[in-house]
Amino acid sequence: MKYMDEYRDAKAVHQFAEALRKITTKPWTLMEICGGQTNTIVKFGIDELIPKQVTMVHGPGCPVCVTPLELIDKAIEIALRPGAILCSFGDMLRVPGSREDLFSARAKGADVRIVYSPLDALKIAGQNLEKQIVFFAVGFETTAPANVMAVYQAWQKGVKNFSILVSHVLVPPAMEAILSSPRNKVQGFLAAGHVCTVMGYTEYEPIANKYRVPIVVTGFEPLDLMQGIYMCVKQLEEGRAEVENQYSRSVRREGNQPAQLLLQEVFKIIPRKWRGVGEIPKSGFALTEKFSDFDAEKRFGVSDYTAEEPAECISGIILQGIKKPNECPAFGTRCTPENPLGATMVSSEGACSAYYRYRRVSANV
Amino acid sequence: MSEKVNEFTSSCPIPIQKYPNVTLAHGGGGKLTHQLIEKMFIPAFKNSLLGAQHDAAVISMDGMKLAFTTDSFVVQPLFFPGGDIGTLAVNGTVNDLAMCGAWPLYLSAGFIIEEGLAMETLWRVVQSMQRSAQAAGVQLVTGDTKVVEKGKGDGIFINTAGIGIVEHEMSIQPKSVRPGDEVLISGDIGRHGIAIMAMRENLSFESQIESDCAPLAGMVQQLVNGGVDIHCLRDLTRGGLASALCEISESAKVQIQLDESRIPVREDVRGACEILGFDPLYVANEGRFALFVPKNDAEKALAILKAHPLGTGAAIVGSVREHASGLVTAKNCIGTTRIVDMLSGEQLPRIC
Repeated sequence: MKYMDEYRDAKAVHQFAEALRKITTKPWTLMEICGGQTNTIVKFGIDELIPKQVTMVHGPGCPVCVTPLELIDKAIEIALRPGAILCSFGDMLRVPGSREDLFSARAKGADVRIVYSPLDALKIAGQNLEKQIVFFAVGFETTAPANVMAVYQAWQKGVKNFSILVSHVLVPPAMEAILSSPRNKVQGFLAAGHVCTVMGYTEYEPIANKYRVPIVVTGFEPLDLMQGIYMCVKQLEEGRAEVENQYSRSVRREGNQPAQLLLQEVFKIIPRKWRGVGEIPKSGFALTEKFSDFDAEKRFGVSDYTAEEPAECISGIILQGIKKPNECPAFGTRCTPENPLGATMVSSEGACSAYYRYRRVSANV
Repeated sequence: MSEKVNEFTSSCPIPIQKYPNVTLAHGGGGKLTHQLIEKMFIPAFKNSLLGAQHDAAVISMDGMKLAFTTDSFVVQPLFFPGGDIGTLAVNGTVNDLAMCGAWPLYLSAGFIIEEGLAMETLWRVVQSMQRSAQAAGVQLVTGDTKVVEKGKGDGIFINTAGIGIVEHEMSIQPKSVRPGDEVLISGDIGRHGIAIMAMRENLSFESQIESDCAPLAGMVQQLVNGGVDIHCLRDLTRGGLASALCEISESAKVQIQLDESRIPVREDVRGACEILGFDPLYVANEGRFALFVPKNDAEKALAILKAHPLGTGAAIVGSVREHASGLVTAKNCIGTTRIVDMLSGEQLPRIC
């Protein structure tokens, strides 16, 4: 398939692996930000092809994994209200809240629907005027433009029965939180290509400077990852700390500016809680005053929920790259995709789930 | 009888605190469905025929061997490119019989119809059942009709059961799979699941993806007549190739090693899977099966499959090795190997 097979070419991947072996002289620890990248690394065994000195740790970029427990509880609470239709991306439905998941809410009679775009949820609102339609707006910068577009269109058309439950988080503040932790091991980053397609990469330049870390904007196919790792290690070996763009077929330095303008109008930046990690300043989006009528938390009065994680789950430590999934004592025993302790075991992009699905040979089988 | 099954007790064997209600994932064909079967149904109805956990039960009577099976069909939309609920209801049961190497003879059909269904719709379904039965060489000999109140069904649900005759001496079942066997599939995978998904969710692709829904008994009979030493057959329905192979590997206690680059997936299906975040190995088919044969018979079996109009895309996709507990692995396009695991429930479209 065009634009895919080229980036899964065995010969090119092995050539990069060989080139990487030649330039690597010291041990380095790199973090890939995005769960999609983690999935590719584990599924294709990229970490088995790179030199032993280079360690990949897995970042927080799995939207399902970092959505706080109480937001899932709120979504379930809203879904169970009479006359509500909760629309969500598919992979949120299996994530356990503090008591149950959205699938179980659906089994109890809640109207929970899988959609592929928030605009589909807006369409459902148009077809069900007597119902309240709520879209569970989860994700990083990547999914934000479509979500603000749905709100903006609802505002333009004066739609009264549509709102969004916002749980948006931002990559750069999470990177800063990781880098300023005393336990940090990360020496270089592969930034998430799709996030940068929207936002560009100018906001990463001060981070590279301040913390002296190389940041390589990287794609999602095996060859992208190999090249991204190569570029990052090359910078480390040469003592450079710059922002470079491996994913130039999709990312420009300034990003998608019309999308950014709309984001600024509909969303404001606020502190957000990350599941397993805790609150990070200036790390998320909420609706601005002008669009606050579309805030589902206000509309349904569910804003004062709190919930605690199971104590045994170390997903927060995993999401910060301090430990790997198979270093968790519960991994594969008390925590499996059927009985997950935390969200990193649920989402197809969660690091624990990826290790469980593709890696038990090396872990514990 | 599987060793894992505990004694039947009066308390509910599925942990209540975990799943007080049945969820859709319990019917998704993955681990939760498996759990329901292993922990609830098999212990409750305990017998050796059920314990064999094959697509159909093979019953010996007076020197004659009969295969018997049943399947229910609850698909939405009722009509989709390449088939409809009627073709599925006939071919699904025909194929379950074929997977024992049986020649399908007679079917029953139970219709649960929702009040208000257009008579025209029912007629279209019945006509396509008639055509499918004719194509598969089976007769629909008994049936039942129930109508439920509006809102208590989804248009129409169909159950079919079938009887076929087994005229060979092979023991075609997962436990017959041996290290050294080769794994073949009868054609490209993933089309049915994507065709349904595209229609249900209004996704449009450049070309229309049509279901692979087809009767497989003819092809299986050619293998039997051709003298192929068949160890196991499995149709790749719900849960796709991956789930079928996981079940077989567990039952036979072997490792099945796939070569992903040899598994045929049509370009448009691959594209749709990439967009949705699906792995084609787990996507449903309705006209494909996996075949396990000794290495020496693999080329002969491949030639027989390829000579059949439904098997032109057949391929040898893997081999069987020893393993203590059962495992499926796949060598990918860049030469590394990963585990292929059974899913918990259905695949879910990802966020981004």
